[in-house]
Amino acid sequence: MVDKKIRVLIAKPGLDGHDRGAIAVAQGLRDAGMEVIYLGLRLTPEQIAEAAIQEDVDVIGLGCLSGGHLPLFSKTIDSFRKKSNKDVIFIGGGIIPKKDIPALKEIGITGTFGPGTTINQIASFIKAELKKGNDDNQD
Amino acid sequence: MIGVMAELKERKKEFKTTVDGIVVDRVYTADEIPENEIDASPPGEYPFTRNIMPAGYRTRLWTMRQYAGFATVEETNKRYKYLYKQGQTGFSVAFHLPTQMGYDSDHPLALPEVGRVGVAIDSLQDMEDLWDGIPLGEVSTSMTINATAPIILAMYIAAAEKQGVAQNQLMGTVQNDLLKEYVARNTYIFAPEPSMRLTTDICGYCAQNMPKWNSISISGYHMREAGATAVQEAAFTLSNGIAYVQAMVDRGMDVDSFAPRFSFFFAAFTNLFEEVAKFRALRRIWARIMKERFNAQNERSMMLKFHVQTGGCTLAEQQPLNNVVRVALQALAAVLGSCQSLHTNSYDEAMALPSEEAVQLALRTQQIIAYESGVADTVDPMGGSYYVEWLTKRIEEGIQKYIATIDGMGGALEAIKRGYMQREIRRSAYNHQKAVDSGEQVMVGVNKYTSDEPPGLELLEIDEGVAQKQIERLKRLRSRRDNDKISQILDRVRQVAGSQENVMPVLIEAVKAYATVGEISDALRDVFGEYKEPSVL
Repeated sequence: MVDKKIRVLIAKPGLDGHDRGAIAVAQGLRDAGMEVIYLGLRLTPEQIAEAAIQEDVDVIGLGCLSGGHLPLFSKTIDSFRKKSNKDVIFIGGGIIPKKDIPALKEIGITGTFGPGTTINQIASFIKAELKKGNDDNQD
Repeated sequence: MIGVMAELKERKKEFKTTVDGIVVDRVYTADEIPENEIDASPPGEYPFTRNIMPAGYRTRLWTMRQYAGFATVEETNKRYKYLYKQGQTGFSVAFHLPTQMGYDSDHPLALPEVGRVGVAIDSLQDMEDLWDGIPLGEVSTSMTINATAPIILAMYIAAAEKQGVAQNQLMGTVQNDLLKEYVARNTYIFAPEPSMRLTTDICGYCAQNMPKWNSISISGYHMREAGATAVQEAAFTLSNGIAYVQAMVDRGMDVDSFAPRFSFFFAAFTNLFEEVAKFRALRRIWARIMKERFNAQNERSMMLKFHVQTGGCTLAEQQPLNNVVRVALQALAAVLGSCQSLHTNSYDEAMALPSEEAVQLALRTQQIIAYESGVADTVDPMGGSYYVEWLTKRIEEGIQKYIATIDGMGGALEAIKRGYMQREIRRSAYNHQKAVDSGEQVMVGVNKYTSDEPPGLELLEIDEGVAQKQIERLKRLRSRRDNDKISQILDRVRQVAGSQENVMPVLIEAVKAYATVGEISDALRDVFGEYKEPSVL
């Protein structure tokens, strides 16, 4: 039985235009064997949620370097959850102070990846989280 | 003896200046760089390799100009006064994203971003208050603003006028470089053609009315931060520069009437020698371009003047004090490269905007170099070094190759539309990521010599009440001003934008009537539409 490819959506909500990190992550996850949709920049939370639902992704990766991560990520998750009850994994990256990580976890960002993260760490995290989810579903 | 030396085992199979950089040999002698390949022309003489001025920093040090701005104008005004007290000699304004993107602080897209990456400027009122107690006729101000540069420059002119300062006395720069936005920074609003029109409107207006003002800061910094190599940074910037000069010439302007007030902006990363060589190569290539391609007669048109910022993406969150060392080396490279103006990053900037303590140390870094190291006491101290002259030549060749390729495509605008610069940068960026991930490119404290340490830094925090404060200010502004006048002036903005007329005069009128950034930008959107770049992945 062939494993279905993991589908990931990478997007940047808000007005920040720095996309080097998001693009590197998108390329890296592709090289790691995942199917990646890079949605781009300056998207509203609603646009990201809509695309994630249409593309039926397993993982949604959000990036923000301006400091607006809490309101922006939280709106995106809310927007998604309003229209879909699929058990997707939300991950976040960018310039995120460590002290905000608990708050992010609470709104649904399972993993936060700041400066110094390797692509491998993100890929492994995604695979482990999805496996956890699958194992849970088989109980 | 030589046979024995050849068997020495070196730390790496190959040494390069950076990932995707230039291969570095064991040692450099006159054999690698014969005298006739060294440009030993004196500083201050064409093609200015060693310096655009004959005496360099012996007459005047570089401008110490720290990029700053956050929250509201009150906080930023306070920070500006602090920086001046600590010895900076020029201002540099960071605007928050809504101002950069043509939205007022109360726009739904703006709300999560208000005051976060720069100061919130919605109207002339904000601009006036920003400079409260700061005499605009006596200072030099650089403003990092691009898509909305015409509006912000109009506000600066109007604010100065309120202070009693005529626009022909104003000293400073507007970044006003849209080409690099499409390549790397992504704060554009309109499509390339209308953007070029607005950019050249500013350059034309400044050429006629503001002799002490640099009308553009053609930037490589952001492309370098996006992952470009040193050669790509330099080459793509000069290609963009060529496009701007050509656009002005196409408007019928004599090259010497505007080129002396074109300026540039580059990064300084941590490979000191590569950076110094890059700056030297840049000076002589630009001089030749201006003389040979554009037939400039005035030597000032051929002089590459530039601001440098130390490399932001080289900073680490882990072991942040290491960043002090990185910035010191990078600043040293900029000074050895004879920059006109310099911003040094703060050690906490991988995580937040600088705290007062951190930015003070960033300034002290420049001051220690200036006053204690001796490198500012003679011009181009690295000239004549076998390695540096060889590297200057290598980088020059790399730059020329890229410029020729881009010329072959039809110029920078065409290369950008085809995604050429973007793809080159993306590839270098990804190679760098892989090299850091694998450990091949060491980042001390990040992938080597790591430690478990608690983050101890007190980071600058933007008060969550800032958005509300700005919204209140906007409400008060809109209730005070003559709103009939606003709708009339916005009609005129649309009319001028749709014509061949220079937009600056009508924008100055509009800002004086207290039309906001968002309102004026929307008027321009009505005429030019918004540009959505196709996603290139």
